[in-house]
Amino acid sequence: MRLQYPSNVKIIKLPCTGKVDLIHLLRSFEKGADGVCVIGCMEGACQFTSGNIRARKRVEEAQRILDSIKIGGERVQMFNLSSSEAPQFVKVITELTEKIKEMGPNPMKAESSKLKAQNMDAQSSPLSASSFELQAHKEGISL
Amino acid sequence: MIVAKRKPIEEIIEEAQAYEKILMVGCNECVTVCEAGGKKEVAVLASALRMHFVNQGKEIKIDEVTLERQCDHEYLEELRNQIDQYDAVISLACGVGVQFMAEKYMSMPILPGVDTCFMGVTEERGVWSERCQGCGSCMLAKTAGICPVSRCAKRLFNGPCGGSTDGHCEIDKDVICGWQLIVDRLTKLDKLDDYEVLMPIKDWSTERAGGPRKVVREDVMQ
Repeated sequence: MRLQYPSNVKIIKLPCTGKVDLIHLLRSFEKGADGVCVIGCMEGACQFTSGNIRARKRVEEAQRILDSIKIGGERVQMFNLSSSEAPQFVKVITELTEKIKEMGPNPMKAESSKLKAQNMDAQSSPLSASSFELQAHKEGISL
Repeated sequence: MIVAKRKPIEEIIEEAQAYEKILMVGCNECVTVCEAGGKKEVAVLASALRMHFVNQGKEIKIDEVTLERQCDHEYLEELRNQIDQYDAVISLACGVGVQFMAEKYMSMPILPGVDTCFMGVTEERGVWSERCQGCGSCMLAKTAGICPVSRCAKRLFNGPCGGSTDGHCEIDKDVICGWQLIVDRLTKLDKLDDYEVLMPIKDWSTERAGGPRKVVREDVMQ
């Protein structure tokens, strides 16, 4: 289909969204991601019975934590798509990218840069300016 | 096991914000099983706190370590050579571990990272419930293995009371009447005659009401 999706989106393949842990989502933001999108199989279609259900609960917990520390819970979202839904994949990724652009960059990046500038002698911060988003279990998707 | 639940992040932030170098210490025992204070929870909380403080423009160092237990000297001693590098410790152990660490490291602020709740069981993943209140004189042999101290809201020894309806307690329709459970199990054990025997007044001096308690076994002391 040769569909185009935003070039700033980085894909991380996983065998199942059930592999996505809460700490993976938080570390993404700690390392500077502006948003994270977890895409799992359709509910009821998980080959491992409930991986995508578990992933959704973890995404919701990550949203709660990000809200409580004022990073913004809406920066992490989960969608359920089948592998034949490339146009829908492009749609949700594009919409999420636009939404996150409206929200602005991850506040971690700016603050991290300020702190680095203030303390050049300090050891390198665990925060980097890399930006990526996460897509899971969609290896067969045709773009 | 001792069951704990995660503290609200806001509460931990409020206590921790006065410090610049923090060691977050998890415990591999009960709080790992009840998913409140093990290695994974330490990683999540430390990550959230780091992000919060960076977002606030504060440079606060938060390191992570998880000990086998925090209620034994030998494991707490593992921190001896590194704890002085920090301004404060956030312990994700139960209240026992937090206190034992505080006793051992007198000049170090030790902050609790969880709320310790009760001694209980894992009913299913994500659901823990109380089974024992550590009253110090176990009566389970006489109550079909179900504890009226922890399972009955009134701690009755000759129950149930008039508030038991359809097997549930009057305090909450989701709370099962402990005495209903006892009667049901005595029936299954064919020991319902035991139910007719009046229980004597319990000696509560072995319970917390008698003050802080201690168990001493001279035969194993060194």
